[in-house]
Amino acid sequence: MKFKQSTYWLFLLPCLLAITFVIIVPFLQGIYYSLTDYNGFQISSFVGFDNYRRLFTDQNFLNSLRFTAGFSIASIIGINVIGLAFALLVTQKSNKVSTVFRTIYFMPNLIGGIILGFIWQFIFIRAFDGLAQLTGWGIFSDWLASTRTGFWGLVILFVWQMSGYIMVIYISFLNNVPQELLEASTIDGANAWQRFRHVKFPLIAPAFTISLFLTLSNAFKVYDQNMALTGGGPFGSTEMVTMNIYNSAFMTREMGYAQAKAVIFLVIVATISVIQIYFTRKREVDL
Amino acid sequence: MNGKSYSRYSFMIIGGLTSLLWIYPFYLVIVNSFKTRGEIFTSPLNLPIDATLANYPVAFARLDFIQSFFNSTIVTAGSIALIVFCTSMAAYALSRRPSKTSSMIYFIFAILMLVPFQSIMIPLIAIFGKVDMLNRTGLAIMYLGLGSSLAIFLYFGALRGIPKALDEAAIMDGCNRFQVYWYIMFPMLKSTTVTVIVLNAIWFWNDYLLPSLVINRAGMHTIPLRTFYFFGEYSRQWNLALAGLVLAIIPIIILYMFLQKYIIKGISDGSVK
Repeated sequence: MKFKQSTYWLFLLPCLLAITFVIIVPFLQGIYYSLTDYNGFQISSFVGFDNYRRLFTDQNFLNSLRFTAGFSIASIIGINVIGLAFALLVTQKSNKVSTVFRTIYFMPNLIGGIILGFIWQFIFIRAFDGLAQLTGWGIFSDWLASTRTGFWGLVILFVWQMSGYIMVIYISFLNNVPQELLEASTIDGANAWQRFRHVKFPLIAPAFTISLFLTLSNAFKVYDQNMALTGGGPFGSTEMVTMNIYNSAFMTREMGYAQAKAVIFLVIVATISVIQIYFTRKREVDL
Repeated sequence: MNGKSYSRYSFMIIGGLTSLLWIYPFYLVIVNSFKTRGEIFTSPLNLPIDATLANYPVAFARLDFIQSFFNSTIVTAGSIALIVFCTSMAAYALSRRPSKTSSMIYFIFAILMLVPFQSIMIPLIAIFGKVDMLNRTGLAIMYLGLGSSLAIFLYFGALRGIPKALDEAAIMDGCNRFQVYWYIMFPMLKSTTVTVIVLNAIWFWNDYLLPSLVINRAGMHTIPLRTFYFFGEYSRQWNLALAGLVLAIIPIIILYMFLQKYIIKGISDGSVK
């Protein structure tokens, strides 16, 4: 039974139009903007690669890249270690209690970055101040007032938010580990660590690739949490790439220059994703 | 103590402690929202001495809660309806007419997933501004463009498992293609539809950046947008700010309690497939 060509295109039309006008045209337009001095209203001259040249000497932009990279590395480690630990814990037992644990770990993920950022602003500023008074420990004083505490504040917030999400991915892989294998290894005298290291670990290896890269590309794209928690402060030192792009586009209105940053950002994120796909495929072939 | 009960205790203790730690930020926000401004400053960690509900009516009014809730619901529900309908139909066409063209289109959708929103944000707003589409309809269209790849993949995967003999039988019986899609395929895709709804609902309901560029006008503010401005005005008055945050979270937590099973399943299907 043939699918008529006209019907076929009619069914695809809404999605094709949407991706054309929402992604493809803006993408091409964006490359053109990045070569001009576009300010949001008009383009007065074509500047070639000047915007790109300027990027590599722009300390604010380079700092935001470094800050984002550091944030991503710290978050990826935290999220994956905690996410995996949570997954191993809640798959130990399948009862009401483990469902309750799972529900709680996952909860922060449902709430938007703006609200999470404000919640943690309260925790870091007021509750930590209370902790400082209670314990007398300096480590709890003046959070979010320096670059270092702003950095760790963002990492803590993001780890708290994303661990439950990554836990769900690890759980779905752990549930596919055949029960007979675990029983057989127990009978053979393997302890909990050995069962993890030699039975579960190799079987959930694909989950690591997925989770590592998912957290990496999500960490690079963070904006709302950054906006609500530190707002880039103090003095723009906790500004991530996305906020840096946003500010030069909508605050200083150097849209052409901002778009050049956006193109570089695209190249970085797309490269990360392509490497992920390569490794996932390669592993599938190897198995 | 034998090994089994030992592992039971460690499960309860580790799980219990980490759960408490995880939920503690919510607890602090809720508890402090019942305090006066002064008490939040003097003792943020204690239970309220003199619990008050006075913060809530003020926060409720200043958040314009009913209006913001309504706006969020309209934006989320409208965008979801559009994306579910359009992407399931597109995936149906792609799955039932295998050809070079179909593979090509599928590949284009895949490639576009690599494009992060911020890299096309500036021209996107410029283009939609030029045709006067910086409104809720425009926002729904943007979400369709940005979200169609993942939804099409999920639907395409599910459709491959439905035998084509079913389509053929229905067409023999006099259905046209749209009827086959709407009356036979779409109901069979229910579990994928739940996944698509869950993933997109979390995204649309919580999104801040895109709505802030597209529908940033009084009367159209969604909950995240309104919360942002509200917090800016009241960040020195933590009592009101915290009551506002609690109000902003409540709808999500209630929904989560009822739909927990679907939400977790949706997240895990959406990220693993």
